[in-house]
This record gives sequence, C-alpha cells and structure tokens, in this order.
Amino acid sequence: MSNGYHIVVCGSLVPDPLQALEPVTTPDGPALKNESMLPSVLDPWAAHALYEAAHLAKTVPGSKVWLVSLGPKAKLQQLMMTVAQKAPFEFVAVDGSASGFTDSFETAQALAKAIESIAGLDRQRLLLFGGCSSASRDAGTTVGMVGALLGIEEQFLAVDEIVPQEDGSFRVKERVEGAQYLVSECAGAPAVLAWATGNLPEPPNNPQVGMTNMRTIMPALAKAQPAGNLRGSLRFESVETPTQRRETRVVKDAGIDEIARELADWIRG
Amino acid sequence: MTDSNPGSAKPTLKTLPGDDVRQILWRYSDRYDLQMVVQAARSVARGLVARLVAEGARHTHEWTPDKQRLLEAMDEAGITAVAIDPEHGGYIPGPKNLALALVAFELSWVDAGAATASLAGNLALAPIHERGTPEQVAKYMGGAVPAAPGEDRRTLRGAFALTEPIPYVGVDTNTMAGRVRVAEWKEGEEPILHVDKRGRFITNAAFANFACAAVASDDPRIKGSCMVILEDTDEGVWDPGSPTLKLVHQLSATNDPIYSLKVPASRIIGGYTVQDGVIVPNYSHAEVIEAVFRRTRVTVGLMTAAKLLSAVEPVIRYHRQRFRGGGQLQPGSPRYELGIQQREDALHRLIDVWATGEAAASLGFYTARLFDEFDPLEREKDRLFAERGIKGARAQLKAFAAVKDAALEFIRLEHLPADRRDAARYEELLNDTLVQFVVKDALSQVFCPATKLWNTGVGANMMREAVSLMGGYGITEDCPGFLGQKWMDAQLEATYEGPEAVQRRQLTVTMVNDLFLAQFRHWIRQMRQIAAKKPGTGACTLATAMELWLWTIGYLQKAKDANGETLYHGQRQGVAFPMADALSWLLASRQQILDVLELEEKGGDNPALADGFEGTVAFLTDLCHVMAARASGEVGRIVAELVYGYLRHPSWDGDCDSCFRASELEAVASVVPGFDSSPLEVIQDDDTHADKAGPCVRFPGMERFRELRLKLDGCLTGARLAKDRAAAALTEVMIPEALDYPR
Ligand SMILES: Cc1cc2nc3c(=O)[nH]c(=O)nc-3n(C[C@H](O)[C@H](O)[C@H](O)COP(=O)(O)OP(=O)(O)OC[C@H]3O[C@@H](n4cnc5c(N)ncnc54)[C@H](O)[C@@H]3O)c2cc1C
Repeated sequence: MSNGYHIVVCGSLVPDPLQALEPVTTPDGPALKNESMLPSVLDPWAAHALYEAAHLAKTVPGSKVWLVSLGPKAKLQQLMMTVAQKAPFEFVAVDGSASGFTDSFETAQALAKAIESIAGLDRQRLLLFGGCSSASRDAGTTVGMVGALLGIEEQFLAVDEIVPQEDGSFRVKERVEGAQYLVSECAGAPAVLAWATGNLPEPPNNPQVGMTNMRTIMPALAKAQPAGNLRGSLRFESVETPTQRRETRVVKDAGIDEIARELADWIRG
Repeated sequence: MTDSNPGSAKPTLKTLPGDDVRQILWRYSDRYDLQMVVQAARSVARGLVARLVAEGARHTHEWTPDKQRLLEAMDEAGITAVAIDPEHGGYIPGPKNLALALVAFELSWVDAGAATASLAGNLALAPIHERGTPEQVAKYMGGAVPAAPGEDRRTLRGAFALTEPIPYVGVDTNTMAGRVRVAEWKEGEEPILHVDKRGRFITNAAFANFACAAVASDDPRIKGSCMVILEDTDEGVWDPGSPTLKLVHQLSATNDPIYSLKVPASRIIGGYTVQDGVIVPNYSHAEVIEAVFRRTRVTVGLMTAAKLLSAVEPVIRYHRQRFRGGGQLQPGSPRYELGIQQREDALHRLIDVWATGEAAASLGFYTARLFDEFDPLEREKDRLFAERGIKGARAQLKAFAAVKDAALEFIRLEHLPADRRDAARYEELLNDTLVQFVVKDALSQVFCPATKLWNTGVGANMMREAVSLMGGYGITEDCPGFLGQKWMDAQLEATYEGPEAVQRRQLTVTMVNDLFLAQFRHWIRQMRQIAAKKPGTGACTLATAMELWLWTIGYLQKAKDANGETLYHGQRQGVAFPMADALSWLLASRQQILDVLELEEKGGDNPALADGFEGTVAFLTDLCHVMAARASGEVGRIVAELVYGYLRHPSWDGDCDSCFRASELEAVASVVPGFDSSPLEVIQDDDTHADKAGPCVRFPGMERFRELRLKLDGCLTGARLAKDRAAAALTEVMIPEALDYPR
C-alpha cells in the first residue's frame, strides 16, 4: 500500500486488575470503591490493539497511529507515563468517566465524535482498532458501534492477526467458536478491527519514545473536551461481585501448557 | 489540656499512596521524563528482576546468562542511559541525581542487587563524568550508551576499583597497594604507564570491559596518586578474578580482579601536566573519589528506603489473611477480616517500619534534589576558579573563607520574610556563585553522609522488624516481597561505598561547620512556625529536640570530660559519632514533615487525588508525628548520655555543695522555715546517708539543658495518639488482591 494506513486505536484505562474491586453505591449510581484512587492500566484488550497498530504502522510505510482515550483527564495523564513509552502515537483525549458503569452506546458516540474531529485523518485509509472486550464493562460492543457511527461497514471482531498485502488489502484472522479461526480477505481500509489478544508481546518501556509522544500528549490533555453524560438512560437494578472466592497469584510469562496443567491439577484437587 | 491533634473521626487513609502522591512528595510531578523513567524501571523490577529472584537466581555467586539478561533488559528500558547526558547519547538533560535515585528506588523495591548492577555501572562512569577530560567523557559516556541493534560496537560496561585485598584500601583509602609507574616515555611522545591493581569486592568486574582504578605512584616520574582507566584490550593481564561469595545482592557481580596493564598516560582521569620531567595528575585519587561518593552514596540510601516501603503491603496482607481458609472462620468476623491486625503491637510495629520508610525516602530524595541544584553550581565554581587561576585545595579553601561572612548574611536574609529583608542585597548574594556554592556545599556535606548513614543503618534495623512481622515466613525464601533477602541486603547498603563509620567521620567535621549550623538554627524556628499551623505533624517536638542537639553540640565543643580531656574532636568517636546519629534522626524527620506539607499544599490541585486526599494527608501527618517522637527520643537519649556520661558522679565524701549534715539542716530550718523540705542531700551525724551512688547530680551551667530535656518529654504529648490513629488506619486501608510481582 503506497500511502499507508491511518490507524486509530480506541482504548482507555481500567483499574489495575490486581486491586480489590468492590462495587459501591454512589448518588450517581454504582461505582467501584475508591475507584479514582486505584492505580490504573491500559485496558488489556485495547493494549493489544495498540501494540498491533504500532507493529502494523512499522511494517506498512506511511502509516500513522492515533490513540483515542475517553477517561478522567488527570488519570489519563498518569497512565500515559507508561503507555506513551510503548509505541509512537498521537494522542487524543476525551475527558469523562472510563467506569464500567457507563453505557457503551454513549461512550461510542463520544469516541466517534472525537475521531471525526482529528485533523489530518484520512477516513479512506482508516483502520479503527480497539479491544473486542474490556476489563471494565466488557459489553463487547463499543468498537463496533464507533465503526457504525463512522459509517464503516467492514468489521472484524476478536482479531488475532492482520497480514497486510502489497495492494492495500489485508487478511484477518478472527477467533470463532471452538478455538477455530475465521480467515477473511478484506479489500482494504476503512475497516474496524476489534482485537482479542493478538500475537505480540508487550513492548518494553522506552522513556525516549515516551518523551517524544509527550509532545502531543500534554496538549491533547489540555484541550480534552468533556464527554458529557455517558450513562444515557441506563439504570442498574443491582450490582454485586460473584460469590466465588478470588485467589490471585502473579506469575508472569508462564507457558500455556504450564497454566493448563496447573488448572487441571487444581480442579482435580 | 487540649489535644492538638485532629480527632479520631477525621478521614483516614483509603488506599496505599500511589504515584500521584509520590510525585508530589518527592517533587517530580512536573518532570514527565522522570515519571517515565520510574515506570520503565518498575517494569524491569517487577517483571524480569522479580522473576529471576523467584526462580532462584540469587542462589549463585557466578555471573550467569540469566543475570546477564538483566543488563540487557535495563539497556532496553532506557535505564542504562539515564546517567548519560544527551550530547553523549543519553536522553535526560541536566543533573541526574534525582533520576538515578528514582531508578535505584524502583529496582530495590524488588531486589537491590539489580539496583547495584545498575548503580555500579554509573559508579564506574562517575569519576570520568565528574573529573574526566572532555575526550575521556566523550569516549566512555558515549560508549556506555547501549549499542542500538545493528550498530557495530560493543557497549562499554565499567567497574570502579578502589577497595584492595587486606591489609590495603578499605575504610581507609590512603593505604594503597595499587601502583603506577612509567613503562616507556619516548622523547616527544605520550608516556606509557604500567598499572598494577588488585581489587577486592569490585562490582561489575565479572563482565566489565573497562575499570577506573585508584593507584599510587611507584615512580619518581609520577607525582602522588590518581585514578586511571583500564581496558580489557590493554596489553597485559586483565583477570576478572574469582566471584565474592556474598550473602546478599546476588543479582550483581562482585569479584576480586587482578589487573597488570600498560596504558597511555591519557587514561589518567582528568589528565595531567608534565612539570620538570614529572607527570603530575590533575586530580589525586582522593579528589576524584570525593567527588564521586558524595553523589553516589545518596542513591544507596534510597535503596534501603524502598525496601521499607515495599514491606508495608505484604505485611498487611499477611496479617489480614493469617487465619482464613480453615473453614471455622466466617467472613465478616473480626478474626477473619483482620487476622493479626487485631493485635495492637503488630499494627504499631508496622507503623514504625512505614514511618521510617517515609522519612528515609524523604531524606534521600531531598538530598538527591540538593545535588541536582549543587551540580551546576559546582561546575560554575570550577569555571570561575580556572578563570581566576585558583588551584589546589588550599587556595580553594582560602577563596571559600573569603565569602563565609557573605554566605552567613545570605542565610540570615533568606530566612527573613521577603518584605523585611534588603531585597537588593539578597538578590546580589543569590546571584553570587561562590556564596551559593558554599551554602549548598555545607548542606550537601551533611545531607549526603546523613542519608547514607541513617537510611541504611536505621533502615537495616527496621527491616528486621518487618521480617519479624511475617513470623517464620519472614525468614524463608517464600516470603512475599522477599523481605528476608531485603533485610540482609540492607546490611550491604550500610557497608559498601563507605560503611557507617565513614559517614559518621565525615559528619564529625561537616556538622559543626558554621554555615551548616546557621541554617540549622533557622530550621528550628521554621519547625515551630509549621507547628503553629499544623500541630499534628510533631514539628514542635522536633524543634525542641533540635534545640537540645544544638545546645549539646555547642557544649561538647567547649567542655572537657572529668579527666580534663577535650570532648569533641575527630579522634573522639565516642562523642562525635553518636551526635552524627542524633543529627541524622532529626534531618530525616524534618524532611518527612516538609514533604507532607508540600503534599498538602500542592495535592489539592490534582483532580486525580481529590478522592481520599484528606485521609492520605492525615495519615502521612500522623506518621510524621510518630517519627518526630521517635527521633526526639533518640536525640534525648544520646545527648543525655554524652552530656552527663563524661562527668564524674559526685560522691558523699568529695565536694558536695548540696550536702548537709542532719544537725546543720535542723539549725537552718529553725530560721528558714521549709528549708529542710527542699531537695537536699542529708548526711546523718553518724556519716550514714541514703542508699545510692552519691548525691544526686546537679551540675552548674546545665540548667538550660535540663530545661530542654524536661520540655522535650512534655513535647511528646499526643504522639501516641497519632500512632493509635495511624494503626487504626492500617486496619481499614484497601490493598490490592495480590502483590504485583511474583515470588
Ligand atoms: C558486595 C560488595 C560490593 C562492593 N563493591 C565495590 C566496588 O564496586 N568498588 C570498590 O572499590 N569497593 C567495593 N566494595 C568494597 C566496600 O566499599 C568496602 O568493603 C567498604 O568500603 C569497607 O571496607 P572494608 O571492607 O575493608 O572494611 P574495613 O576497612 O576493614 O572496616 C571494617 C569496619 O571497621 C570499622 N572501622 C574501620 N575504620 C574505621 C575508622 N576510621 N573509624 C571508625 N571505625 C572504623 C568500621 O566499623 C568498619 O565497618 C564492595 C563491597 C561489597 C561487600
């Protein structure tokens, strides 16, 4: 592809999954206890989308990456101290709640609006990336709706791989039932790719990349527009944590076999 | 009497303080480069480093491929290049003391050996950075930037070789066996030197490809001593030697190397001149190491601070979960929810650990920032001296003495309210490089050794408390947070780069510098002013303890002991060293208070902190109070022992001004009613007296001391209430489900 892709990644923050997450009721509806004080991370599925976007941009010359985040401004700034080190991108921020207790439609609208106003974005070259899922709300609908609002009809969900071709078309591997993949050919942009885990490891932090990104991050945060009411007409009858006891253990980079064996051992008792 | 502390219904700590809080406390909230460096170091620490420790990489003394991966991970994450200036390929402009301190802190949060591996590389570059010629700086700093993929060069990795096999260099750095002599010196050409150096306990020596070695001249054609750069490709013997069988910091490489090499004289750090056929190094080895250690020691202090703070979360989790899982306990019952946290002592001791960690971090990061301010001043001073032809230690001291009065004047003006001082004069002194240099130098000469001494020494003792709080688990390799290893590791931090004795020795000289004491005097008033607005900080307690210390240091410098010997001098370590310890407690506690005030002032502007902010501040304030009380207690104990301990106890048969014969007393009491009820010593007419060592001590001239001691006791009012409140907060604070690094 001669001109490259314009890749817009939608992704925001979620509370660090290691934190104790306890639902509470506030005057504005349900929330997580001390949510604003908990450390946060980039939503893991969105993070995969970002790493894949950076990789794609590197392999297809002329491509460019934007990261569009809807979240509380001050928390986004803190998050960027890590995320900005992972890959080069231009940042677009929308100031609003990233809580799981908002409506994915309202969220999608705010994101679509922000994407529409990105200067220099060529909608014909647009690949809209995001997570197929989220560690906060997990509606699995947001990215698809953003695409629909932007009039993009080619949509791929639970993507694990994109292979760009010379002529601008690409092949996509999507997860389907029963651990199978659906492989599709797509003529080219514009398209929506909502990512599962992809195949790339988390890039190491690189403060030099981060400091380059900061040139757009701080101005983007300064001019972030408020997202407005993200709850729409959504009402929650009740909110509760699952009754299972959670036992968390941090093991980094364990192999699939090892994890499977441990789970099987645990089930056997 | 009213309680000056906030009542117990006040908001309390909701979550463990996060990055937003730390950035304000340690003053880097506007430094995004540093915030990123923190995240980069953290990902290496809690990723690869933690994994290596969990997998048992600490069980070997050798430098293994696994440990080598650590260097590569640090290269990749930008950690190696933090120390390097942008013109040589680094990315952080300006002084980097705070940046390096933050890196060491993050790495040590998990494992200080990893921090040492990073630190030792910087230590090897430091002589070159501080005193090297421009060519040396370009070559070695540039070469230390990790080679980019595809770049055809090897990354330079250095070792700093000062310590030698016994009986040579250790604490005493003048007993040097390392030698340099002229090997060849052809007319009109650069001399070739032969360097012999054996090192002991040299970090990085296992894999280093260059070393900065301290050596003394063994040749009349070379003057004095110097540091010289050796490379593994130089002609001769480059033997990394055998690994040290150390019990700690096993993720760093320590060896006893042997070097016997020929090198060009241009490797003498800082260059040389030839005078009357003699090579005269521009800097002796002592001058180079002085410039190096005064910076790198601060970083070591922060390693221990990180350990203490890292212990909080694992201890809370262990205590809360201690009795769960047996089937008998129901969720919701106090024993299930709080576990060992139902016991006051466990809470109080963890508060001690936490408060010490906060104070150590505050002290260390302040000192790192102080050096960031000091570095440009020092360079400007060097430039000025070169311009004016002021060379050599004596000439420099003379130049400093000439500005001492102006510096004292500046200190006085600086502590006056802006509207009450001569603005023009203040401005003039503020812009006077030499004045500013001596003022900051006086501080850095105290704060650097105080940080190294207090953070590592008191820190190591406190780590033992943390380990105790985990019970048997604490001293196993399975202990979450690696607390047992951290306890042992802290002892190395108290030892390398100069053991505690070296720091106390330096403080013995620098803490009685008038320029330091002048600033210290103002801080007493400052603490009282803070106390007037924030009584709960313990600032008033601390101010009284500071007064007591100041009185004592003045007394000790003038007074003699019972044998007529001078009390305060360099050789009398029994007097000066405890005073150095006492001062360090005060400085740590003061810095902790100042940081919390900063948080309170600036944190309100950060919307990310809005929730729970008051509670966080209240809790950290209580920790300040706990620490102020503890520091004051230490000071009270130390000064009392020193002031009285060197006097001879009055005896019944010696001169006893307050002794009266029983019959004498009766006679006086008949004319002066009530005289016999005043505190007098009575010797009965049959020469018997009360059963005790002698008449109670009442020395003239000590009234102020006694008054201050008594006052200090009263000043502790409320400190335990603060501790109770902080302890209660521990039972409520929300912690994550699991530690964010493996074990
Ligand atoms: C793991 C490790 C890594 C190291 N890395 C390096 C390195 O990279 N480069 C390097 O050059 N060195 C390194 N060292 C050496 C370290 O700096 C020295 O061990 C340290 O400075 C103390 O020297 P010493 O062991 O000879 O102690 P000694 O000089 O024998 O002192 C022992 C003790 O005696 C007392 N003492 C000695 N002198 C005095 C005095 N004047 N006043 C009062 N008390 C005194 C003190 O209690 C002191 O702690 C390392 C050491 C270790 C253990």
